[in-house]
Amino acid sequence: MTLRSTAIPLNIENVDTDQIIPARFLKATDKKGFGDNVFRDWRYNKDGKENSEFILNKPEYSGSILVAGNNFGCGSSREHAAWAIVGYGFKVVVSSFFADIFKGNALNNGLLPVQVSERFLSDLMQRIASNPQTVLEVDLQKQTISVVNSDLSEHFEIDAYKKTCMINGYDDIDYLINNKELIEAFEAQKIY
Amino acid sequence: MSKRTLFDKVWDSHVVSTIENGPQILYIDKHLIHEVTSPQAFNELEDRGIPIFRPDQIVATADHNTPTLNQDQPVKDALSRKQLEQLSENCQKNNITLFELGHEYNGIVHVMAPELGVTQPGITMVCGDSHTSTHGAFGAIAFGIGTSQVAQVFASQCLLLTKPKSLRVNVNGKLQKGVLPKDVILYIISKLGTNSGTGYFCEYAGNVFEDMSMEGRMTVCNMSIEMGARGGMIAPDETTFEYVKGREFAPKGEAFEEKVAYWKTLPTDEGAVFDKEYHFNAEDIEPMVTYGTNPGMGIKISETIPVEDNPSFKKSLAYMNFEAGESLINKPINFVFIGSCTNSRIEDFRVAADFIKGKKKADNVTAWLVPGSKQVEAQIIEEGLKTVFDEAGFELRQPGCSACLAMNDDKIPQGEYCVSTSNRNFEGRQGQGSRTILASPLVAAATAVEGKIIDITKHLN
Ligand code: SF4
Repeated sequence: MTLRSTAIPLNIENVDTDQIIPARFLKATDKKGFGDNVFRDWRYNKDGKENSEFILNKPEYSGSILVAGNNFGCGSSREHAAWAIVGYGFKVVVSSFFADIFKGNALNNGLLPVQVSERFLSDLMQRIASNPQTVLEVDLQKQTISVVNSDLSEHFEIDAYKKTCMINGYDDIDYLINNKELIEAFEAQKIY
Repeated sequence: MSKRTLFDKVWDSHVVSTIENGPQILYIDKHLIHEVTSPQAFNELEDRGIPIFRPDQIVATADHNTPTLNQDQPVKDALSRKQLEQLSENCQKNNITLFELGHEYNGIVHVMAPELGVTQPGITMVCGDSHTSTHGAFGAIAFGIGTSQVAQVFASQCLLLTKPKSLRVNVNGKLQKGVLPKDVILYIISKLGTNSGTGYFCEYAGNVFEDMSMEGRMTVCNMSIEMGARGGMIAPDETTFEYVKGREFAPKGEAFEEKVAYWKTLPTDEGAVFDKEYHFNAEDIEPMVTYGTNPGMGIKISETIPVEDNPSFKKSLAYMNFEAGESLINKPINFVFIGSCTNSRIEDFRVAADFIKGKKKADNVTAWLVPGSKQVEAQIIEEGLKTVFDEAGFELRQPGCSACLAMNDDKIPQGEYCVSTSNRNFEGRQGQGSRTILASPLVAAATAVEGKIIDITKHLN
């Protein structure tokens, strides 16, 4: 599974889930429509007009890869954050560090979190900033992320089980339900 | 036998099986749900035709999106009302215990479950809410999950997880006057940073935690997530057993004694090794306040904001409209919020009332007191604290998450500062453009009385 795309550089550290999707948009009871409000309070000014300074609103940047600063996705467990990013059209988020819950939520929604070194991240940010047409390639099978037509490339880690799930579109629920007998046996002999 | 930690003991006893080169299947004893992160999970199961596996191990409440005024009347906001109705329907359909709005046990999920005895030592608990870490105060493994995982637990009472690494934070010594559990945890996070705990489960140890009440321990464990840790734990002891005893859902009589005998085996073995360990002196801790837009940006109230040359730091100060190097003492404050799953238990209101008694709220301040549950609310009235608050001009509201995340009408206006006992000072967390300063209930009460931040350490003798 390989993705080739230009990327959007969000050069901010500690992007928390309240920024990704503010609480006032959490009232929906389905998973749709969150993409419209991703980074809402950065994308729009107080008067409701688009903030032309914010990176998502700059026409020169586009693509299905979001490259973000260190410690992305900290804060609340709201999966709405992952739905919002996926809803906007991103397939991969790159950062030098992800918060635990966000990472799990992303993987459960087909959004690949790619954790890279700080050095690689800063090189990547620079390349994209100086040339918005920079194309990245993310190869899930080989677990590599690289800038096409350059020597900038790095290996990334992903849990082997999660990788199989991502590639085959499996889901944890199927796996768990298939193990119901084991679970019932466990319940019968609980030691605590 | 090898030396094991409290976390190891509880985790290992819940492993159903281990996938080769992959995660483990972890059994979940108790699943707490609320209106915001459960509807999509219910829908998913329904769409796939999967029944809820163990409905009697689920407890539901409505808290995030509920009004804190006129709870006896229909909820005005249509979307909120729909979320609440959907929760009620889903629970009814699936035979799940629900303490809905107005019920005598209704409250913030992390306040309600411990006070009902749902939370017990040695169990595993999850909720679609990151502050589920609160329940670790009892020596339980408790952590927040996303909605896909809520659906997994619905379907199987299990989760697929990789065992986190272990971290221990030790605080020993004697806490100074006016230093509350909230200050202890804000201090720890200010020293370790907001991602020091990522990938870890944290145990808090040392005499400071041993001497704390259960409510104080909950305040500490609550904010484990603010240093990135999935959860925090404190070894169960007599304080824990005493607290659990006699509560609605706690085991009774002989069954309780048997449990206690088991719970006593849980504390970390002498000599067990942690992947990471930190030590702090209680004497070094002072009342704390935050000055930035993440909970790690905290200082002692008597200190000045540090000077750092980093774009994220500067962006954060610009949002707060603070200068590097300045002190927060004497900053005028117009909003004070005492509430949230961090500090909305009876002890928090006692501390506040103690300070407020005989004083008046400053005219410029709007002060909201939001109890964590109906039971806390009832206790506030019973103990006469409400009279103290009323006389001082504070507004006691009805239970819920309220201004902690501002999903309902309790929002701090654009540009205003709020000294808040909640747990997150993110941009806009308490309302679009609002500026949050995290503090203890004592600092919050003092701010409300003075109309500005004061050096509380000078007012305590
Ligand atoms: S009080 Fe705040 S932190 Fe606690 S559960 Fe409610 S919204 Fe979350």
